[in-house]
Amino acid sequence: MRILAAFLILFLPFTATAQTGLPPAPYAYRQLDDPAKEAEAKELMEELRCLKCQSQSIADSDAPMAGDMRSQVRERIAAGQTPEQIRDWLIDRYGNWVSYDPPVTTATWPLWAAPLFLLIMGLWLARAKFRRKKDEG
Amino acid sequence: MPKDNIIASKMVGKKMPDFALPAAIEQRPGLSSGDLAGGNPTLLNVFASWCLPCIAEAPQLLELEKAGVEINAIASRDTSADVANFLNRWGNPYARIGSDTRSAVQLEIGSSGVPETFVIDGNGVIVHQHIGDIRKENVPELLKILEEAR
Repeated sequence: MRILAAFLILFLPFTATAQTGLPPAPYAYRQLDDPAKEAEAKELMEELRCLKCQSQSIADSDAPMAGDMRSQVRERIAAGQTPEQIRDWLIDRYGNWVSYDPPVTTATWPLWAAPLFLLIMGLWLARAKFRRKKDEG
Repeated sequence: MPKDNIIASKMVGKKMPDFALPAAIEQRPGLSSGDLAGGNPTLLNVFASWCLPCIAEAPQLLELEKAGVEINAIASRDTSADVANFLNRWGNPYARIGSDTRSAVQLEIGSSGVPETFVIDGNGVIVHQHIGDIRKENVPELLKILEEAR
C-alpha cells in the first residue's frame, strides 16, 4: 500500500502536467456515421504508426496526437479522399516510417522478394529429395 | 524500434505549407504561413505549456531573441490561459503565436512532438529542424544556420 502511494505521488503529478488540457479532436473517438467509410478509415488507422508511441498504431493509442491523427483520417475520408491519398500525405511529411504497410522501394523490395525466393528454394529442395526417393524405390 | 527513435520531418528543404492559426494569447497576433516568408530567416518554435522540456529551453529562446532573431511560435494543444501563464513565468520571446489546438499544422510540417524548432529562410522554405529542447550549445549552431539561410 505504501509503495502504491509512493508510486502515485511520484508519477501522478508528472503525467498530469505532461498532458494537454484540451479535449480530443472531434473525430478522435467518434466514428463516422457511414459504416462503409468508417471501415475504410479504421483499416487505415490500423496501418498508421503513432508518432509519440512508436510501437502502436494510431488506432490503438490514447496519445492526444494519435487522436488528432485519427480525426484527420476520418475527416479526410468523409471529405472523399482515398486511404492511399491520406497515407501519401503523411509519408510526404514523416517518411515511409509512418506506415505499417511500406511501399515497394529499392530499400524495401526484399520484403516481398524474400518469401518468394525462399518458397522457390524450398520447392527445389523438396523436388530433389522426392526424386531421390523415387530412384531408390 | 527503440522508443527514443527520432522522426525527422521530410519537409526540410520544402516550402512551408499554407496555414493560418488564430492568436494563442491576446498580446500577440496569430500566425500564418505568409508571416514566415518576410525576406529574413526566422525560427518557428513548436511548444506547449504542458511540455516540461519547453521550460528548459526558454532561456535559450530568450537569448536568441536578444541576438535579434525573429521567433514565431505554434502553441500545441493548449488553452489561452495556460499559454499566458507559461509565458508570464518563463518569458515571451515570440513575435507571433498561433494556436494549433488539433496538431493540424504540426502534422502539415512533419513535427512529431514538442518542443521542436524549425529554421525558415526568407522565402518561407524550411531549411532545418531541431528536435527536442534547445540547449546552451545549440544556440551558436542555430545562429549559424540562420546566418547561412540569409
